[in-house]
Amino acid sequence: MIGGLFIYNHKGEVLISRVYRDDIGSQAADSAVFSSSGPFLGERLGGSVRNAVDAFRVNVIHARQQVRSPVTNIARTSFFHVKRSNIWLAAVTKQNVNAAMVFEFLYKMCDVMAAYFGKISEENIKNNFVLIYELLDEILDFGYPQNSETGALKTFITQQGIKSQHQTKEEQSQITSQVTGQIGWRREGIKYRRNELFLDVLESVNLLMSPQGQVLSAHVSGRVVMKSYLSGMPECKFGMNDKIVIEKQGKGTADETSKSGKQSIAIDDCTFHQCVRLSKFDSERSISFIPPDGEFELMRYRTTKDIILPFRVIPLVREVGRTKLEVKVVIKSNFKPSLLAQKIEVRIPTPLNTSGVQVICMKGKAKYKASENAIVWKIKRMAGMKESQISAEIELLPTNDKKKWARPPISMNFEVPFAPSGLKVRYLKVFEPKLNYSDHDVIKWVRYIGRSGIYETRC
Amino acid sequence: MTDSKYFTTTKKGEIFELKAELNSDKKEKKKEAVKKVIASMTVGKDVSALFPDVVNCMQTDNLELKKLVYLYLMNYAKSQPDMAIMAVNTFVKDCEDPNPLIRALAVRTMGCIRVDKITEYLCEPLRKCLKDEDPYVRKTAAVCVAKLHDINAQLVEDQGFLDTLKDLISDSNPMVVANAVAALSEIAESHPSSNLLDLNPQSINKLLTALNECTEWGQIFILDCLANYTPKDDREAQSICERVTPRLSHANSAVVLSAVKVLMKFMEMLSKDLDYYGTLLKKLAPPLVTLLSAEPELQYVALRNINLIVQKRPEILKHEMKVFFVKYNDPIYVKLEKLDIMIRLASQANIAQVLAELKEYATEVDVDFVRKAVRAIGRCAIKVEQSAERCVSTLLDLIQTKVNYVVQEAIVVIKDIFRKYPNKYESVIATLCENLDSLDEPEARAAMIWIVGEYAERIDNADELLESFLEGFHDESTQVQLQLLTGIVKLFLKKPTETQELVQQVLSLATQDSDNPDLRDRGYIYWRLLSTDPVAAKEVVLAEKPLISEETDLIEPTLLDELICYIGTLASVYHKPPMSGPPLTTSSVQMGAVDLLGGGLDSLMGDEPEGIGGTNFVAPPTAAVPASLGAPIGSGLSDLFDLTSGVGTLSGSYVAPKAVWLPAMKAKGLEISGTFTRQVGSISMDLQLTNKALQVMTDFAIQFNRNSFGLAPAAPLQVHAPLSPNQTVEISLPLSTVGSVMKMEPLNNLQVAVKNNIDVFYFSTLYPLHILFVEDGKMDRQMFLATWKDIPNENEAQFQIRDCPLNAEAVSSKLQSSNIFTVAKRNVEGQDMLYQSLKLTNGIWVLAELRIQPGNPSCTLSLKCRAPEVSQHVYQAYETILKN
Repeated sequence: MIGGLFIYNHKGEVLISRVYRDDIGSQAADSAVFSSSGPFLGERLGGSVRNAVDAFRVNVIHARQQVRSPVTNIARTSFFHVKRSNIWLAAVTKQNVNAAMVFEFLYKMCDVMAAYFGKISEENIKNNFVLIYELLDEILDFGYPQNSETGALKTFITQQGIKSQHQTKEEQSQITSQVTGQIGWRREGIKYRRNELFLDVLESVNLLMSPQGQVLSAHVSGRVVMKSYLSGMPECKFGMNDKIVIEKQGKGTADETSKSGKQSIAIDDCTFHQCVRLSKFDSERSISFIPPDGEFELMRYRTTKDIILPFRVIPLVREVGRTKLEVKVVIKSNFKPSLLAQKIEVRIPTPLNTSGVQVICMKGKAKYKASENAIVWKIKRMAGMKESQISAEIELLPTNDKKKWARPPISMNFEVPFAPSGLKVRYLKVFEPKLNYSDHDVIKWVRYIGRSGIYETRC
Repeated sequence: MTDSKYFTTTKKGEIFELKAELNSDKKEKKKEAVKKVIASMTVGKDVSALFPDVVNCMQTDNLELKKLVYLYLMNYAKSQPDMAIMAVNTFVKDCEDPNPLIRALAVRTMGCIRVDKITEYLCEPLRKCLKDEDPYVRKTAAVCVAKLHDINAQLVEDQGFLDTLKDLISDSNPMVVANAVAALSEIAESHPSSNLLDLNPQSINKLLTALNECTEWGQIFILDCLANYTPKDDREAQSICERVTPRLSHANSAVVLSAVKVLMKFMEMLSKDLDYYGTLLKKLAPPLVTLLSAEPELQYVALRNINLIVQKRPEILKHEMKVFFVKYNDPIYVKLEKLDIMIRLASQANIAQVLAELKEYATEVDVDFVRKAVRAIGRCAIKVEQSAERCVSTLLDLIQTKVNYVVQEAIVVIKDIFRKYPNKYESVIATLCENLDSLDEPEARAAMIWIVGEYAERIDNADELLESFLEGFHDESTQVQLQLLTGIVKLFLKKPTETQELVQQVLSLATQDSDNPDLRDRGYIYWRLLSTDPVAAKEVVLAEKPLISEETDLIEPTLLDELICYIGTLASVYHKPPMSGPPLTTSSVQMGAVDLLGGGLDSLMGDEPEGIGGTNFVAPPTAAVPASLGAPIGSGLSDLFDLTSGVGTLSGSYVAPKAVWLPAMKAKGLEISGTFTRQVGSISMDLQLTNKALQVMTDFAIQFNRNSFGLAPAAPLQVHAPLSPNQTVEISLPLSTVGSVMKMEPLNNLQVAVKNNIDVFYFSTLYPLHILFVEDGKMDRQMFLATWKDIPNENEAQFQIRDCPLNAEAVSSKLQSSNIFTVAKRNVEGQDMLYQSLKLTNGIWVLAELRIQPGNPSCTLSLKCRAPEVSQHVYQAYETILKN
């Protein structure tokens, strides 16, 4: 299991260090630390552990090369790391741990910290170091992750110190049963005057297209994010136009099958928040759960069939002699004319030896950004079934460099008000048997947003 | 609240000031001071001097202050064990607190204070907490048992905590169950033989129920534990699989991977005709693909695992090629792994797409990635025959780019393509020759030279080309030198008239001017071959070469099966099995595992034999590898040797049949079993080598570490022909006792290193001492008497030999055949007394008195020797001889 956890700033100074096991570090350093003395070396505190701390700093944070793997092995000690802005989180172990679990834990740790004090920065970590130690104590015991749901943690660990001093016995046992219980993500006794819920279907559509317009790969990865403000312990059921469900239901009436069959979508795979009863989904394909209070990600899914590609990019690059390139790019919007795409940005890479660029575009604004080696073309809004074009002349400096320009793909960013996968929310029913509000009393909002993921066309 | 101010105080005299503040009457001030102390501790300053002052703050009802003090305690208790005792009382009291959060906090912290003295006080509170009414306390106590076991395993067993922990598996609270499973799994790991987890259908059912209810982390613990279970039949396997499959939709990737592990393992038990088997295969693909949309670090872990899964069951992902296409913004480690999997999935059906992608990648920026992409094109050609032509033309296009490293990599892979499809693509040689000057890497130069030598008859100016390399012969790397030597000899055999001078030149460079024994020996062999029998030389040097196999980089099946059981863990990321357990349980140590460092990750995936020259030269069966070739390797072995002094032992098995000394799993497919014999004065080690790998094994050599009796191989290990997969050879290795001596523990421990073309492997074994009993070990009677008296009584050792219903005659003759000689025989009060002597190879005499009572199957053995440490082993030899 995890032997220790360290948080470093960009200079490699330790901000947080928590050691769970003695085995880490005893050998790691002897062979690995060749930097004579860092600012904190030579101190008495767990000399061997210091060595592990330093080994990571020297070999990863201060490494000259780009990091080649998120798992580094230094003298039989393994270091897992993730980086958030300029903060490094490293988990250290000498055992054959579950590697996927360690990374999941590190991400979770980031989520928990962000939920408590916002952005993960050096300043915020220093400001909250006592809180972080307290959280670590709770969510990682002897290297085994424990309950890490912020909803539950916030009931007894707060930024203002610990709550439990003046709790009644009932409150205390409620906390412990929640932390260890089956529904660890929701506390009892929540009350709202207005029961309300928001569903966001957020999709990112990914595309890799050949210069000839052939789709090399395309998929949508989507998320259903729910914000719930519901009283009590509401039992929810979520329905969407999942092909398997629709076909199963439509068995009786063949007519309906053909009608609704068109609108249903094939979901390649989906994963759910831990509140969803997975065995029920496996057997009946129904999505039922008791939601956490507030915002959470209900599900993630992936589709690859019948994706609506909101934009098509048609590139044309012509080399005119050794010192000139002519680029023409056409974009076509491919959705209902009544809808509007927003925040459209096309990024056309230019060679490193570009000396000057002249651009002409029909719509929006285009600029050559030398620091990014790209022409960036921005359009604020664009309706469906439209077309726009940019042309550019790129002057090149003559070079002796034999190496050809790699021609990175043209990438695109945009936002559209529909789900490119075709996913539709059919219902979200709420039942709370103990309290007197019914499904009809709940105010529900549904929103669809499609964004570009990695949307690239080779040229 | 801005705690960052605590980080900034760096002035002198700080400790003194802190001390004053810690002893302040004001609670707030105390808390502030403790915070400062913790901040100093975090950045690595030594604040251990404040120990008593901090511990004094522990007696408080302020929970926040208490937690801070605990944090300090966990860090420094070890350096101040005596003072840590001061804290015990508070802990014990806190374990009785009405607030379950405080009870749990106390037991959790106590377990983290790794001081022996404290552990004794921990037992009682822990026992209570394990049976606490509150599940939060119980789940914390469960983990605490694992902590305690880590400090003092014996104590945990004596106190019966293991049984309590086992009971917690039936707890009503799922989180308690999960933590108990985690703790038991960890403890079981250090007792591989014990049946701690005792998984049976009932307990499995409990785990599967808890699986649906516990936290995501608990689900991981339970799934990892389930993976160690072996269902009793296919029906049980199927029913477990059915209950595990829902986990594939969990948002936590680790839960998914652990579920995949269970399914992959249990699938082995299902019949392939079963409908369910097909359903399960289909269910596995989508979650694996979904893992690729996780964060990059997790993608990397997933890809390393998919690499294993694809090798084990290629059918799962065969239609999913596209998802492994590299994205421009992927981190480099994701790119390289995706590329590996693409090659594994390449088939006739998708080869066109794959090639188009690879060609695209070959123009990227990252040099490593580009090289790998070029290599991948070559591997596609070898794997999918129909694509070979397209691959070759793609490679030619890449050579036209003139990008130096692309050209070199392309030439290396084209050489392999020639080896796979001889006489098919040689038309491209001309293009390759144009790039001769730009090659600066040894591997590429060697490949080019091989091509020129191999096809010398079709290249008009082959002699000129090879001659151009000869100028800087001594500056070349060994790989290139060897290749050049072979290449020119080939050229000479093909065009003898024009190249006499050239071959003379290279032979003299290799034999006279070079210090490299490999090069010199090869030079001499060619020279002699050419001068004695040119026809034979032709047969040897120009012999037809075996075609190279399709998949040279597959993981050995035994290793692969082992790694499948480690899906999701570090072992699956490194593609190396973990070093398991305490040293005594492992019979061998694979030194390869030491180098787990980034770069060497792929070293396990069997590369082709080094250099083309090697294979080329060894291939003809007539060209046996001269023993002296092993010389440099031999010396390398002994250097490595000192590293292995910690190697464990194999439990002594004296039975005549050979015992397995080195299992195939530990030695990349090489299995060694053996035994020791002594016949007419000569000792030998009878070995049986079995190749359980996919590739041919050659170049065997053996060495012993220094040992107690100077055992050493008297001749090199003679394996005459290369050992093909699934072949076994029996070898008798004569041993001498004139090697260097070092006392071993145990005395009869022998550490052995065996080398082949793949790697060096180490194992250790115990030899029976009777192989060292010499033939002239009979002492005369007077001498015996005098010596017996002379050896002090402290040196006498007595042993019981049970269940030995032989009479004195039979015993005597049986022992004599193993060089234990009866000097005299007496009958005292109905008991037969045998006086015996034996001598060890190093001249140590051992005198024995054996008392046999007729009708009593046990006899008593008294041994006297000037070196009493051998007695135990002599006794064992007696036992072995008498009972077989």
